Amino acid sequence: MRLGTLVRRGDPFVWLAGSGLGISLLMILGLLGVILVNGLGFFWPKPLLQLTLKDGVVLLGEPVTREVIPTPGVVDAPEQFRLQLKLGNRDLFGADFRWVDEAEITGRERPRDAFYFERREYGPLIGTPVRLTRGGDALATGPDAVWAALAPLIEQAEVDRAAIRTIERDEIGAINFAIERARLDMRAIDLRERQRPEQRLDAERAALDQEVVRQKALYDERQRALEALYERAAQTYLTVRASDGQEKEIRTLDIFRAYPANQLSWAEKAGVYASRIWEFVSGDPRESNTEGGIFPAIFGTVMMVVLMSLVAVPFGVLAALYLREYAKQGTLVRLVRIAVNNLAGVPSIVFGVFGLGFFVYFVGGTIDRAFFPESLPTPTYGTGGILWASLTLALLTVPVVIVASEEALAAVPRSMREASLAMGATKFQTILRVVLPAAAPGIMTGLILAMARGAGEVAPLMITGVVKLAADLPLDGIFPFFHLDRKFMHLGFHIYDVGFQSPNVEAAKPMVYSTTILLLGIVVALNITAIVIRNRLRRKYQTGAF
Amino acid sequence: MVEYTGQARDTGLRIKTELASRPTPSAMATPAILLRDVNLFYGANQALYDISMDIGERMVTAFIGPSGCGKSTLLRCLNRMNDLIDNVKITGKVEVNTLDIYGPKTDVIEVRRKVGMVFQKSNPFPKSIYENVVYGLRIAGINDKATLDEVCERSLRGAALWDEVKDRLDQSGLSLSGGQMQRLCIARAIANEPDIILMDEPCSALDPIATVKIEELIYALKEKYTIVIVTHNLQQAARVSDMTAFFWLGRLVEYGQTSDLFTKPKEKHTEDYITGRFG
Repeated sequence: MRLGTLVRRGDPFVWLAGSGLGISLLMILGLLGVILVNGLGFFWPKPLLQLTLKDGVVLLGEPVTREVIPTPGVVDAPEQFRLQLKLGNRDLFGADFRWVDEAEITGRERPRDAFYFERREYGPLIGTPVRLTRGGDALATGPDAVWAALAPLIEQAEVDRAAIRTIERDEIGAINFAIERARLDMRAIDLRERQRPEQRLDAERAALDQEVVRQKALYDERQRALEALYERAAQTYLTVRASDGQEKEIRTLDIFRAYPANQLSWAEKAGVYASRIWEFVSGDPRESNTEGGIFPAIFGTVMMVVLMSLVAVPFGVLAALYLREYAKQGTLVRLVRIAVNNLAGVPSIVFGVFGLGFFVYFVGGTIDRAFFPESLPTPTYGTGGILWASLTLALLTVPVVIVASEEALAAVPRSMREASLAMGATKFQTILRVVLPAAAPGIMTGLILAMARGAGEVAPLMITGVVKLAADLPLDGIFPFFHLDRKFMHLGFHIYDVGFQSPNVEAAKPMVYSTTILLLGIVVALNITAIVIRNRLRRKYQTGAF
Repeated sequence: MVEYTGQARDTGLRIKTELASRPTPSAMATPAILLRDVNLFYGANQALYDISMDIGERMVTAFIGPSGCGKSTLLRCLNRMNDLIDNVKITGKVEVNTLDIYGPKTDVIEVRRKVGMVFQKSNPFPKSIYENVVYGLRIAGINDKATLDEVCERSLRGAALWDEVKDRLDQSGLSLSGGQMQRLCIARAIANEPDIILMDEPCSALDPIATVKIEELIYALKEKYTIVIVTHNLQQAARVSDMTAFFWLGRLVEYGQTSDLFTKPKEKHTEDYITGRFG
C-alpha cells in the first residue's frame, strides 16, 4: 500500500532520474580526475631514490609506481611488492625503466648530490656531476662547484640553441626554399621549351642560374656562421657519473634543464614545474615526441579548426538559408533535410576516405597537373595537407551547422519579418538586416557544436594530412606565409601516436595524459570563445518583447 | 447563414449607392483607397466576398466586426501583405491614390513604402531606437547622417515619442515599454513618409493609459495621413474614427459615418453587434 503510494507519486522515478545524473557526473569527473592527476603530476620534479640491491648493484632513479607482484596459481601467498624506477641514462644502460622486487632491496637513500639532467637525446641523464671542462681545462670539480658554474651555462645554451635554430630553420630554410624554387622554375622552363621548341629562353635560364649562385653564396655564408656558432657554443663539457660508476661526458649545449632533485625547496620545485609546463606548451617535440613540447600540434589543431570553421559556417548558413527561406517546402526539401541529418551521423572515417579520394587525389592531383607540373612526380597539393584535412572536416561538420542554422532561422518571429517587409524591404534585405542578425546566436551554437566535433576528430585526418612530426608549421615567415599544402601535427593524432606508436611507451605514457589535457583545454577554450560571442550577440539581438 | 448571403449582396449594393448619394466629406471626391469587388481566397476557402468601398483621404476609417470576419485580411490587402501567404488568390480592383496596386506592372516595394503598417503586436527590430526609425531609409539606400538624424527626430516627434527617448536613441528598441514600442513602430512607419497608415489592432496589447496616448496620436496623425484602423474595441472606433465599416463573415455589412453607424445603424446585424448581442 505504501509502496503503491510511492510509485504513484513518482518518487522512485525521481530517484532513478537523480541517480542517472549522478552517474553521468561521476563518470565525467572520474575521467577529468584521472587525466588531470596523471597529466599534471608528470611535470612535478620527484626526488631521486638510490637503491642498493642484495647483489651489490646500485640503482638511482625516480620512483614511478609500486605494485603487487602477481603470483598466479599460488594460494595464500604473502603479498610481495615491486617498485618501478625511472633510471634514465638510456645511452649507458640500454633501457630507462626497471622493475625492482622490494625483497631484493637492502638499502634506500636519497643522495644529496643526485642530479636530473634533461638533454637533447637519449632521454634524461641521472647521476652526480663530476666536473665541468672547457677545451680540456677543468672549470669546476665536485657537485656543488659544478652546479654553481653550470646554471649560467644552461641559460647560455638556451640562447645559443635559439640562435642556431634561427640560422638553421629560418635563414637556411629560406635559402633552401629559394633554391628549390629556382630548380622548379628551371624545370618549368625546360617543359615550356619542350612544348614550343622554337622559343629561346636562355636569358631566363641565365637569370635563374645567377639566382642559384647568389643563394648558394648566401648559403655558404650562413653555413660558416653556423659552424662558428657551434664552435663557440660547444666548448664546455659536463662529466656525470652514473649510479654504476660509469662516466658520461656531454656538451652543455645539449642540456635543457638540470636540477639537484633532492635539494629542491618547494618553491624551486614549483619553478621547475612551471618551466616544464611552459616548455610543453611552447616547445618543439624531441625524442620522437616523448619529450619536449607539443606546440606544433597545438598550432596545427587550432589552425585546422579555424580553417574548417571558415569553410563550414558560410556554406552551412547559405544552405540553411536556401532550405528555410527560399525553397518551396515540399517533399524534395524534406528529403534533403533527412539526407542532411543522416550525413551528420556518417562515421568520420568515411569522410576521410572521401577526402582522400576526392580532395587529395582528384582536386589536388588536378591542381598539380595544372599549376605545378614542374615538381611532378613529387606532389604539391596531390598529397595530404592542412587544406584538404580542413575541407574534409568542414564536410563532416557542415550538416551540424545546417541543422542548427535552420532551427535558428525558423525561430526568428514572423512578426519581425513582416515588419521589415511592410517597410518596403525586399526579401533579401529582410534576411540580411533582420533575420540573419536575429538568428546569429543560434548559428553560433551550430558553430560551437561543429568546432567541438571537428577538434576531436582524428580518423579522417590520418589519411588526409596529419603526420607524426611536421618539420614546418603551416604558417611561417616565408612567402606566401600560409602553406596550406603542408602536412601538420594534430593533438588528437599526437595522443594516438605517442600512446601507441612510440618506440618508448613507458616514457611516453605521461605525455598521453598531458596531451589529452591540452586537447580538452583547447576544445573548451574554443567553445568558451564561441559561447561568449554568442551571448554577446544574444544580448544585442534579443527578440520577443512580450 | 444561407439566407443571409443574398441579403449581404443587396446590402453591399445599397451601401454603394448610399455612399454615392450621401453628402460626404469633400475628400471623398478623390478617395485615397478605392476597392471594387474584392474577393479573396485562401486556397479553396473564400475569406472576402465582393468588397467595394471608398476610403477617404486624411480621415480615420475603422474596420470593426467579430473575430474572423475578414477585417484584418482586407487591411492586409491594402499593402499586399497577403502576398506572403501561399495559395492566396485575390480578384477585383484595389487602387491607392489611383494606382492599381495589384496591376501587373506595379512594384510591390513601392506600394509598401506608400502604405505603412503598424501591427497588433508591436514588433520593433532588435536594433537601437535610432536604427529602428531610420530602417526604411537605410533599405532605400540613404545613409547620409544628417538626413537620417533629421528624419529620426521628425518621425519620433510625429509619433509623440521624441521627448521620452531623445537621450537614449542608441538603446535597444526592445528596452521601451509596450506603449512606447508601439509608438516607435508608428514612428518607423511615418519615417517612410507614406500616404496611408494601416493599423491592425494597435492597442490590443496595451494598458488604458498607453491606449489613450496612441489614440491621441491617431487623432494628430490624421492631419497628414489617411489612416485605416482595425479594432475590436468599439469605443475606440467611436472615439477615433470618422468613418466605420462593419464586417461579418467576410462581407461588408454596413459602412458609413461613425456617428451615424453607432447611433442609428441601418442593418440589424450592425445593431446587434454594437449593442453587444453577439461577437
